[in-house]
Amino acid sequence: MDWLDVLIIVAVAVGAFALWLVGTALLIWGERRVVAKMQSRVGPNRLGPAGLMQTLADGAKLFFKEDIAPANADRWVYLAAPMVSAVVALVTFAVIPYGGTFTIGDRQISLQVWDPDVGLLWVLAMGSIGVYGIVLAGWSSGSKYPLLGGVRSSAQMISYELAMGLAVAAVFIYTGSLRASDIVANQAGTLFGPIPAWHVIPMAPAFVLFFISAVAETQRPPFDLPEAEGELVGGFNTEYSGAKFAMIFLAEFMNVITMSAVLVTMFLGGPNGPLFGPDIVRAVLPTIYFVVKVGIFLFVFIWLRATLPRLRYDRLMDLGWKVMLPFALLWVMATGFSVVLRETTERATVIRAAAIGAAVAAVLFFLAPLFSRRASEPGGGGGDGGARPLDDPRPGGEALPERAGDRPSTDRPTEEVGV
Amino acid sequence: MTDYYQAYGTVIALVIAGIALVVVAFTLNRLISPKRAYGAKLTTYESGMDPVGQGWSQTHIRYYLFAFMFVVFDVETLFVFPWATVLGNTEGPQGFMLGVMLVFLFFVSITLPYEYKKGVLKWV
Repeated sequence: MDWLDVLIIVAVAVGAFALWLVGTALLIWGERRVVAKMQSRVGPNRLGPAGLMQTLADGAKLFFKEDIAPANADRWVYLAAPMVSAVVALVTFAVIPYGGTFTIGDRQISLQVWDPDVGLLWVLAMGSIGVYGIVLAGWSSGSKYPLLGGVRSSAQMISYELAMGLAVAAVFIYTGSLRASDIVANQAGTLFGPIPAWHVIPMAPAFVLFFISAVAETQRPPFDLPEAEGELVGGFNTEYSGAKFAMIFLAEFMNVITMSAVLVTMFLGGPNGPLFGPDIVRAVLPTIYFVVKVGIFLFVFIWLRATLPRLRYDRLMDLGWKVMLPFALLWVMATGFSVVLRETTERATVIRAAAIGAAVAAVLFFLAPLFSRRASEPGGGGGDGGARPLDDPRPGGEALPERAGDRPSTDRPTEEVGV
Repeated sequence: MTDYYQAYGTVIALVIAGIALVVVAFTLNRLISPKRAYGAKLTTYESGMDPVGQGWSQTHIRYYLFAFMFVVFDVETLFVFPWATVLGNTEGPQGFMLGVMLVFLFFVSITLPYEYKKGVLKWV
């Protein structure tokens, strides 16, 4: 470790920084142009070629805007929230390899700022901390709409974080490592014929789960309820202005790029691709592959925004808890089973374990109704097949604590907008 | 051990650089922007009307039951990660490891249909 090593790390970090910042500027411009095209509008086209400079102009403009903190706001938290969002967004991408490895002199340089053992868990951890930025921004504004936006954001996080974590866990089982570079290396070569060994093929369900969770985690449409313009003015960022607003937006778009990059790293081989030509081309090609793959995902994110209407809140929670979470759990079990079958020499042991597991599962499944008090009552549930709602006025209803604020009647409105 | 400190030194440097960038941005904004705040500007935005009541209004957090479940399942996910890392590349009794984990996952997962049946997973 001498000064040259430090210099290399700094250069790689600055490279990643530049890639992500330029990417953010291009993403904001691209989003406005693409959505405009899809809606038969023109979009920003004045500043620079095809309006490319528009983002820079908008960013610069925000710095000249007055920095207003509403009198009602909690001053310090109000200041800290955009800092949390921005700092988290700026450090998350450190673990993502954005290019290949090449040699200069006698030193091996890999285009990845930080390759820790915890690997992609870093991305999950930072994603969870990033939610604090939004919740605190909503709370500290001292205003109703931002508060609702913050509350929604945390509800969304607790619903989709699980499916995301389990989808990632399935990839970890398959790879046997949490390290980003190992995951990329595991996808090198071909599966069969000309088809690359990208995880998207064997791990297709995990890919779908992760993609949906990624859209929800970055709060992009159709999951953009925390900042639903039609309902909450601007959601958690309503009261922000000037550089603080710029930072919140920077963080949001950077997170979109980071999530696309994580998708590419985990499921589409990261910077892998066919290499050819002289050394200099070989050094640059992986970065180009990476940028192109990320660009495709960014386009899909924009496309979703232009196409899909916003989900209703109860449907959003239903999707997370009733569809994605059970599916993710099943997929983790299935992946574990297939990996052990692939690796182990004692197939009989595995099959015996599976049989015991299935037997335990079956026994529990049939015993489960015994634990329900209602099943032992004559004429109680069981007959009607489904569960009665919590606040069922009929005698013998469950003794779970009633939720405050629930209506006493059983005909529940479904169109109510909750938080 | 030096590798360890070296790696985490990198990320601490990154965090410090990030904080510095944000602080510079905020300071620049303060320096070059006008400051003409007056009462109406500092009020809470409520679509042009005078704000009604307190900003921190009483909201019924409907998802507190979901939050309990989130803790349960999140801890479960945490248990899955180390198992996931060693399962594929260990010399140990993989079949046994798999069986134990499947039983654990099953015990935690069985709560989900139970809660569904109890009507806890209902939003409104």
